[in-house]
Formats: sequence, structure tokens, C-alpha cells
Amino acid sequence: MLQEILPYLYLLAAAGFILALKWMSSPKTARLGVLAGAVGMLLAVVGTLLRFDVVEYQWILIAFFIGSAIGVPLAVLMPMTAVPQRTAISHSCGALATALIGTAEFYKHPQGGFTMAALVLETLLGFLTMTAALMAFGKLHEILPTRPITYKGQNIVNLGLLALAIAIGVWLVIDPTQTWLFPIFAALAMIFGVLLIIPIGGADMPTVIALLNSYAGLSASAMGFVLNNKMLIIAGALDGASGLILSIIMCRAMNRSFTNVLFGAFGQVQATGAAAAARPYRSASAEEAAQVLDAARSVIIIPGYGMAIAQAQHQLRELHDILTRRGVEVRFAIHPVAGRMPGHMNVLLAEADVPYDKLIEMDEINGEFPVADVALVIGANDVVNPAAQTDPTSPIAGMPILEAHKARMVMIIKRGMSPGFAGIDNDLYYLDKTLMLFGDAKTFVQSLVKELSANGQAAHA
Amino acid sequence: MRNYEFELYVFMLAAFLGFQLIRGVSVLLHTPLMSLTSAISAISVVGAILITGAADASPLTRTLGFIAVVAATTNVVGGYLITDRMLRMFKKREGAKR
Repeated sequence: MLQEILPYLYLLAAAGFILALKWMSSPKTARLGVLAGAVGMLLAVVGTLLRFDVVEYQWILIAFFIGSAIGVPLAVLMPMTAVPQRTAISHSCGALATALIGTAEFYKHPQGGFTMAALVLETLLGFLTMTAALMAFGKLHEILPTRPITYKGQNIVNLGLLALAIAIGVWLVIDPTQTWLFPIFAALAMIFGVLLIIPIGGADMPTVIALLNSYAGLSASAMGFVLNNKMLIIAGALDGASGLILSIIMCRAMNRSFTNVLFGAFGQVQATGAAAAARPYRSASAEEAAQVLDAARSVIIIPGYGMAIAQAQHQLRELHDILTRRGVEVRFAIHPVAGRMPGHMNVLLAEADVPYDKLIEMDEINGEFPVADVALVIGANDVVNPAAQTDPTSPIAGMPILEAHKARMVMIIKRGMSPGFAGIDNDLYYLDKTLMLFGDAKTFVQSLVKELSANGQAAHA
Repeated sequence: MRNYEFELYVFMLAAFLGFQLIRGVSVLLHTPLMSLTSAISAISVVGAILITGAADASPLTRTLGFIAVVAATTNVVGGYLITDRMLRMFKKREGAKR
């Protein structure tokens, strides 16, 4: 009796996952979505534990315990700025799980045909995503150099490795008794994962993280085919679709194709171009900048990865508060690829208590720049570079940008005049209406707030 | 053979459903979306349990399964918790400001 009910728990679990994604459509229902997803997961796990073919509980329970002991502190203590790294690690963990399950299935009873093809796909995606996500973690955490590392013939080596891994995979499908091939297959997949990420620069990480999300999902879906489990197929397909859509959004936001992100090694062109002669620019102190902000009626703040590094989001919220109190309209313009993962800026600013209706997407805010008094750029560079629209030879030509240059005045908080992540010089810095504000983002915004509140008191006195 | 055909249909429909659902997700929430989907894809814990708990598990498959359960559980627990933590930040604003 019980055994007959269990498959329906899987059905309910699948419904839970679908509702989870549906309710993510709005911040109002999103937490309900998490609950639906968690309930679905619980039903699936319980439904599996009660199955007649699960007889040994000891190791499972120990593993649950260890997994929770790692997972809970990771989730509760992780600072929001480290969310991209955590996401990379979780892709790696998820992929490791599917890869190892596939491996175990293979050694348990090697079978040919469709099941083996699914198993090969599962383990290929699993192993390569595991190492690729680890590499992405290394780059995001800056243990590894974030600049793309390239060498001659790189793409040929990479594609050759992948082709070899696939060839061995096909061989295994044809003759699954050749168990000695499997470790070679797994090793090739893992090496390919490493090589895939080496030439990708930090600025491309949003796309890569989303793509790895997709791979991990597809790997889980392939596992569903191996285990004849439709719920796994559905859950994996949902995740695969999610990652794919996010990476397409990221690619569009950079006006680049998948192949270009994965094999294009962004930023290499610039090594020579950046040597251009020094051009004149205007800079200002915090005091002057505060006066400009005080006189403004509408300010649009453009945060970028530099804001995340400097952890300036709380100071920005103070700036937002003090300006709003003085009747200045303050909004935040969020470029889709600002930061190191999709939606990175939104989470940081939400953490700092910025109301989320002040976080405006690119398409909506771009029409507002011509009527804005000040565009304040903090730690963003390429996403406000007008060269994307004006210079067809620029490496970022055609990339949709936030049109900060259309604001009446532009202020840019920056450490120095060095070019940004992609190594591309920015004409925005040299406009007549641009003021460069040199300093650490956090300290500078802090002094802006201080100047403004001092001003306010003087005015009231 | 018919079983695979059926499963491929399930996959196709789920993938299309996924595309439709994700397109409706607010841009604001793309980061929590990623941590949520990575928690959901840890559904592979189901496969890991089946391997680890099987009566005929060899030391090799049980070890692999054990590591897989640990890795997947980390994602399940951590993924849902951090997604909720992020979403709470979005929610709080609403109450405070309106």
C-alpha cells in the first residue's frame, strides 16, 4: 500500500518545484515560492527514504547531518557580497553529486543503449560543471587571477579535449563493459571544465555562473532518465531552462554570443589600446560634489561591481535617505550585468534597506537620464561607456548601456584613472560635464553624507 | 523503448514550462532565483539516497553515494536558507516603506 502511494509524493514534489518558480515572479510571493520548493524537496526525500529498496539508513543519516552542518552556516553566515562565490560552490556541489551518482550507477550495473547515453551525458555535464564551477569560485574569490588567461591554440585544445571525452562516452554507450574507460572519461570531463573557465574574465562571470546553473540542472535531468524518475527529469529541466534563460539575458546585456563569451577571451584587445595619451579631466572634492547633489532635483545612482568590493551599499542607502529627505528624487539604475552574477546589485542594495521600487532596470531608466540632474556612477565602468554606442571598433560596441552621459551632470567615484575590468578606456570620464571623484567608494560616499548633513544643519540654523 | 519516449515528452514539456516560468521572474530576484534553482537541482539527493541505501551497495557505490548525499544535502539546506534570507531583505522594505 505505502509503496503504491510513494510515486505520488514525487508528483506533488514536482508540482512544488513548479509553483516555487512561478511564485518567484514577484517579491511579494517569492518567499511562498521558497516554501513550496522546500516542501516539494521534503516530500521527495521522505518518499525516497520510505521506498522498499532503501534498507540501509545509517550512512544516509550521517550524510544528512554532515551536509546540514556545512550548509546551514554557509547560508546563515555568508555575507551578501559573497553570494556569487557561494552560488559557484553550490553549482560545484550539485554537479559533484550528480557525477558521483552516475559513476556509482555505472559500476553497479553497466547497461547499454538509451540509459547509458543518459548516464554519459549526466556524468559528462556533472564532472565538467564541478571543476568549472570550482574555477569560477576561484576567480570570483580572487584566489585565481580574474583576467582571462589565454594561449595560442587554446580553443583547439579545449574543443579537442571535449571531442575526445564525447568519443569515449560514445564508445562506452556502445560497449558499457569497457569499465576501464570510465575514469579516463571522467578525468577528461574534469580537465575540460578547468580549461573552459581559464580564458574567461571576471566581467563575464554572470553569464558563466548562469550557464553552469543550467548544466547542473541538465545533469540532474539526465539522471532522471537513468533512474526512470520523472520528477528528477522535471526538476532538472526547470533548472536547465532557468540557467539558460539567465545566461541568454546576460549575453544580450553584453551584446555578445555564447561562443564569444566562452571562447572569445574578452579584454585581450585592450593591452595595446590602453596606452593612449593622458587626456584632461575635471575632478572635485566631496564638498563640491555634495553641493551639486544638494542643488539637484533628480539623481540617478549607478552602482557596479566596485560598489560591491568596497561594500559601500550601506553608505549609499544613507546618501539615498538624506537626499530623499531633502526632496531630491533618488533612483538606482541597475544594469543586468552589473556585478558578478545576475541580480547581484539588487540583492546588495536590498540588504542595505534600499526600497526595491527604487531599483530600476536599464530599459526603464534610460529614458530618464536626459531629465536627471546628476548621474552618480559608483564602481561601474563598462556599463556606462558611451563607446558602446558611438565607436563601432570598441570591444564593447553594441552593448546596451546605461545612458549616464545624457544626464545634465555626471559624477564618477573611482579610485584612479585606471581602465575598468574589461580594460577599456571610458570617454565618459573626459566629458565637460563630468566630475571625477577620487577615492574609495565607501569612504567617499560617507564623506558626501557627512557634507550633506552638515549643510542641512547650517541651513536650518 | 516506449518508456524513454514518454520521458522525453516529459522533459520537453518541463523545459518549455521552465522557459515560460523563468521569463516571468522579476529581474530584481535573479540572484535568489539562482540560489533557489541550485537548491532544486539538488533533488539529485534522491538518486544519492537510492545508491547509498541499496541492499546490494558495494563499498565503492556506497562511498560515492555517501559523498553525493553530503554534497546534495549541503545544497538543499544551504540553498533554501540563503534564498529565504535574501528574499526577507526584499520583503522588509515593503513593510517599512509603505
